[in-house]
Amino acid sequence: MSDTAVDPDEVRHVADLARVDLDDEELTRFTEQFGDILDAFEALDEVPETDRESELANVMRPDEVRESLSQEEALQNAPESEEGQFKGPKVS
Amino acid sequence: MTDYNGYITAETIDGADDGPLAGRTVAVKDNISTEGVQTTAGSAMLEGYVPPYDATVVERLKAAGATIPGKTNMDEFGMGTTTETSAYGAVENPVAEGHVPGGSSGGSAAVVAAGDADMALGSDTGGSIRCPAAFCGVVGIKPTYGLVSRYGLIAYANSLEQIGPIAPSVEEAAQLLEVLAGPDENDATTREAPDADDSYADAADGDVDGLSIGVPTELLDGADEAVVETFWDAMADLEAQGASYHEVDLPSVEHAVEAYYVIAMSEASSNLARFDGVRYGQSGGYEGNWNESFADAREEGFGEEVKRRVLLGTYALSAGYHDKYYKKAQDARAWVKQDFDEALEDADVLASPTMPVPPMKRGESLDDPLTMYLADANTTPVNLANLPAISVPAGETDDGLPVGLQIVGPAFGEREIIRAGSALA
Repeated sequence: MSDTAVDPDEVRHVADLARVDLDDEELTRFTEQFGDILDAFEALDEVPETDRESELANVMRPDEVRESLSQEEALQNAPESEEGQFKGPKVS
Repeated sequence: MTDYNGYITAETIDGADDGPLAGRTVAVKDNISTEGVQTTAGSAMLEGYVPPYDATVVERLKAAGATIPGKTNMDEFGMGTTTETSAYGAVENPVAEGHVPGGSSGGSAAVVAAGDADMALGSDTGGSIRCPAAFCGVVGIKPTYGLVSRYGLIAYANSLEQIGPIAPSVEEAAQLLEVLAGPDENDATTREAPDADDSYADAADGDVDGLSIGVPTELLDGADEAVVETFWDAMADLEAQGASYHEVDLPSVEHAVEAYYVIAMSEASSNLARFDGVRYGQSGGYEGNWNESFADAREEGFGEEVKRRVLLGTYALSAGYHDKYYKKAQDARAWVKQDFDEALEDADVLASPTMPVPPMKRGESLDDPLTMYLADANTTPVNLANLPAISVPAGETDDGLPVGLQIVGPAFGEREIIRAGSALA
């Protein structure tokens, strides 16, 4: 039995955040597995605080207009498009 | 196609008439974009997806004269250690029937081991090149982070993954690396390697006289007995050729596999948000609102392992858990880096078994994800530290199952690991 209590509601909540619908069987299975997996992750509590690399530098390039995909190419893998635009579900 | 299901798409892409790879075939993992040729990343979500451009590594292969015979099977989005999570069916190990070929680049290693392609490209996020190379008895190199462009690679966990070569011998793997390596203006994380003019293939001279090898004891503890035995036989072989070894202590690696999974799953939860059935991906239709429609498309298009990782990643990044999991995992990552740097001050390279176990039987590990994750204990620390590593065949267990030996080098120390590896294969 897992120490890290994970209940089905919590898994359902995370699935909603991740925009993944789950069926009831998956929900039951994931709830059980997540307990075990998160238990294993608890081992990270033993990790000492460590200095991170401080010499990180951003790499920038000049902002120049370059060749890019055409509108047609950019849309070629969209399941639905209309008048040169992606066609998505209703926003509500 | 192949009787072991190595390819998802078998479609020939011709390269230039001449070049260093002219007359050679190089199979390409199906998460690497090929212009005009279906690229699915092993997922039903991307069935029928045809990239409008080539990945940089594919451009380089074509310019070098290679012929691409097809796109190889893989765990869905690179998530797996057995190539059983592919939406296009599992891959059989062509040299150990009834066993998995390792993953996630299982198709790439299998087509090379079976002789159906001269060489192949894989990608390695936590061992996905080295594991299948070890399980199929071939050579695989995970380059230093930043040596090879990731432009056109369908991202899983950007801060960890690299594209690299799989080949029958170290020399051929080095020849392929030669073509792939080097800065790319489309990938800002690429860098010019020091001594870029020296050839990688020339380093495969098998000369290990005077080489100092550190053996992290933590990576032998808990490994299968037959694997450990084969590993020490290979070390004795290196010693007979003039190398010496000593034990080193890497306390941080005990936590590496957990840190790896927290970071990889967190990055995956963000990377895979793009598959919504609108811009690309299978559409769930237009019923309901935006969120419901996305959730339907993703329920249908993603396999179970992908959902598991996306959900756990979302969990690890969510308010209240971020410090507990994600921040601690980043601490572990910094610790692993420090540990490796220190160990490599007193040794030229480090060596361990690539995988702690021989190839699993097919179907054995799918029901227990945690067991599968723990099998990556020896490979994941290298990705956390962004270092280069090679897996070379070390021999076989008494049951005839391939065992790989992993050699880890300092950053941009590809030539050191190629030289050391070439003494064995």
